Amino acid sequence: MNKKIHKTYFIEIMVNGEWKETDVTPQETLLHVLREKLGYTEVKEGCGKGDCGACAVLLNGKPVNACLTLALQAQKQKVITVKGLGTPEKPHLLQDIFVKHGAIQCGFCTSGMIITAEGLLDRNPSPTREEIREAISGNLCRCTGYKKIIEAIEDASKKLKRH
Amino acid sequence: MSDLKIVGKNVARHDAWEKALGLTCYAADFSMPGMLYGRVLRSSYPSARILSIDISKAERLGGVKAVLTAKDVPKNESITRFGQTHTVGGGFEGLYRVLADKKVHFMGEAVALVAAETEEIAEKALDMIKVDYQLIPGVFDPIEAMKSDAPQVEEGRSNIITHYEIRNGDVEIGFAESDMIVENTYRVPFIDHAYIEPESGVAWIDENGVINIRVSTQMIEHFREVADVLGLPHNRVRVIGTNVGGGFGGKADITVESFLALLTYKTGRPVKLTYSREESILSHSKRHPYVMYYKTGAKKDGQLTALEVRLISDAGAYIYFSPWVLLLSTVHATGPYRIPHVAIDGYTVLTNNTFTSANRGFGAPQVCFAYESQMDELAKQLGIDPFQIRKLNYLEKGETLATGQVLDHYVALRETTDRAYQALGDKTTPKGGRVKVGQGFASGMMSYGRLVFLHDTSRSQVSIEMDGSVTIRTGVQDLGGGQSSSLCQIVSEVLGVPMQEIKIYISDSALTPLAGTGTATRQLYMSGNATLMAAQEVGRILLSKAGEMMRIDPRRLDLMDREVIDREGTGKSLALTEVVKACASDGLPLYNVSLFKAPFRNLTQYERIEGQVYADFTFGSHAVEVAVDEETGKVQVLKLISCYDVGKAINPLSVEGQLEGGAIYGMGYALTEEIIMEKGVTKTPSLSEYILLTSMDVPDVQTVILESGEGVGPFGAKGIGEPSVVSVAPAICNAVYDAIGVRIFDLPLTPEKIFRALEEKKKRLKFD
Repeated sequence: MNKKIHKTYFIEIMVNGEWKETDVTPQETLLHVLREKLGYTEVKEGCGKGDCGACAVLLNGKPVNACLTLALQAQKQKVITVKGLGTPEKPHLLQDIFVKHGAIQCGFCTSGMIITAEGLLDRNPSPTREEIREAISGNLCRCTGYKKIIEAIEDASKKLKRH
Repeated sequence: MSDLKIVGKNVARHDAWEKALGLTCYAADFSMPGMLYGRVLRSSYPSARILSIDISKAERLGGVKAVLTAKDVPKNESITRFGQTHTVGGGFEGLYRVLADKKVHFMGEAVALVAAETEEIAEKALDMIKVDYQLIPGVFDPIEAMKSDAPQVEEGRSNIITHYEIRNGDVEIGFAESDMIVENTYRVPFIDHAYIEPESGVAWIDENGVINIRVSTQMIEHFREVADVLGLPHNRVRVIGTNVGGGFGGKADITVESFLALLTYKTGRPVKLTYSREESILSHSKRHPYVMYYKTGAKKDGQLTALEVRLISDAGAYIYFSPWVLLLSTVHATGPYRIPHVAIDGYTVLTNNTFTSANRGFGAPQVCFAYESQMDELAKQLGIDPFQIRKLNYLEKGETLATGQVLDHYVALRETTDRAYQALGDKTTPKGGRVKVGQGFASGMMSYGRLVFLHDTSRSQVSIEMDGSVTIRTGVQDLGGGQSSSLCQIVSEVLGVPMQEIKIYISDSALTPLAGTGTATRQLYMSGNATLMAAQEVGRILLSKAGEMMRIDPRRLDLMDREVIDREGTGKSLALTEVVKACASDGLPLYNVSLFKAPFRNLTQYERIEGQVYADFTFGSHAVEVAVDEETGKVQVLKLISCYDVGKAINPLSVEGQLEGGAIYGMGYALTEEIIMEKGVTKTPSLSEYILLTSMDVPDVQTVILESGEGVGPFGAKGIGEPSVVSVAPAICNAVYDAIGVRIFDLPLTPEKIFRALEEKKKRLKFD
């Protein structure tokens, strides 16, 4: 019998403003830890290989694919998921605008898409349409054809400017 | 109809908020205490005999709770059903085999199942199952497979599953009358649905001994098939459909349901099974590749005289929906054109490729690529404008298809053509010398609703609560197209209760009245009508009581903003809750379950297709502008206009979403998407090899919505989910031809194909 014992490491991650702790193996992805160990199932798995962007989260404010990030890389770091952006009582501007623009159909890409959009608007509050297209090009959507998503992000950037 | 308050308005979908906030619990997001993890061992070969399977090592691995093979399945082989409760016959049902038994028929076929305490242990157990295979010759080309000496995919039966034919007039006479004949063969590839959510579900046995399966599916009515697999009564299996993370037809067949049911039945524990992306691509159905021979004849003025078509579709290793898809292709093979002499033959054939089944368009996009390429070729040969030749031949209301089915409802093709053309505007001037710009156009048609001989029905229940809030219960699956939200809008309109006070429960085979499948662009049509009927009946009960209370003829009363009001300006009104209270006190039913029946018609025989086959059709057009780089062969779509007659847009925002998304789905078919299968081996099992369009590749689709009001759905609506895809690919091909004078006859239009075709053209010009 192959009795290889995986060494585990204790890690602490701040997810959506709360410190969480768990043991992880060196090869375990941040996606696996978030979904399977800490219960953040709003982070979606579409491919597990970095092709689709459904698992995007903010790691210290920058969007990353959680499936390509090792859990150990998130040690003592801040992670934000789509639930960390807004709540039913106080939705985030992007969440509100995605709903109103009809930018959501099946919704499976939505959490990653909104996270990527938030990462974009954070570093570039007034992106051009081309910059929006480029920013979300790693997030696949099979339902919408992207138009309403791009328009929603553009509208959000305009509203941000006004505030 | 004229003063609709909610229907026809852009309404934020009730499910969109949960999705935006990350609250929606998709199939893989659900877990239960004590849950095991399932995995599937899949065939590594497309054609092999299974000599033996040794599971003893895997069974001994600590943490493994079940290892199952075909011999553990109570009923391993049964007849595929797709929610139809009417027995159709006529070769419409194929073989459903849960686990490969003596043979594997395609690469990725399920051979064994494992359930274990963790995913890692389940994975390890798969490696420990030893299957002894003996490779045997397979057949991978449907034309080869039709030969009498070809290896039989399913031993003891012909590889040819079905042949359909349509005959109208006499094509020999028609071709003799023609001045021009265009003859070509078109090919289209395997397409993956590539929903972003891979197949997933969780199953458990509840305290009543019922097997519950919470699963991402387009068809909760598979509960019957799953019960048959286990040898249980149908009422002992319950399928709860989740919000589907994209379906497009790929979740219409059984995916994880039987595997989950078997594993939970065997272990007594909850089990979760989620496919990896690679497993998803290898194991679920594909859109049918077709070889399509087309011969079209026309007079000098462009009037069509004859059409001869031969379609051969690759069904892969199992039948599933293949005959149904072929039937749709055969009926739609003429396109929306008046052709006096028609002969169409369609064949669908088993091979050792991955099986093929429903995919958005269900056989319509394939033939549209062929007939709309033919129309442009004819126009070119005859020196006629492509719009004129179409307008001359478009079918109109009252005319008949080649089957003899009369088009009872408005055909808006002239308008969709003009509006799409107007929206396209003038041709963009190309930037550089090697980039050429072209414009192209295509029209399409597609049925919505299922085959009339399926005797399709849908049920919906509407009830009003004591506080005036409203509950809808219906077995509709929501794939993200707004299926359930549209029903809320319809009820809100009829009962005068705001959208946010309506709660809909969907997709539960035990608790919601069955509404049929989430396929065939049928839910708005079928369940929309059922829900409308139920809401109207509840409204009738309320108004009749209110009339009594107000001493006013109920025909003068209306339900609006949670009140009953007198339309005739007396200013009298009554709070809805007062009427509800009175009805409840009188023991009047504050609910209604309605059943909507599609038109029923039986075919007299199943080879020669005649008469009405579908309830109605959706018609429309796509217009595109492309830039083609002559040096690299790369096509960029600059403009993409989608103009379809949707009858009535219940929620215009959702209709736009369907038209935009459908156009890009069709654009991927035209330009990048292809499952490459070499001798039955899938070479593109990931989303880095199967190329979906990204936000960088797509134009802003411009939508033009026409509303003829002549659909057979609620408020005159037609279905649009699938029709929105149909005519994109030929429009792009026609635009590419306009740009560079080269026609591609097989999809997708990769840069390599265009580059090679341009090289050929240069050679030809040299010789000329």
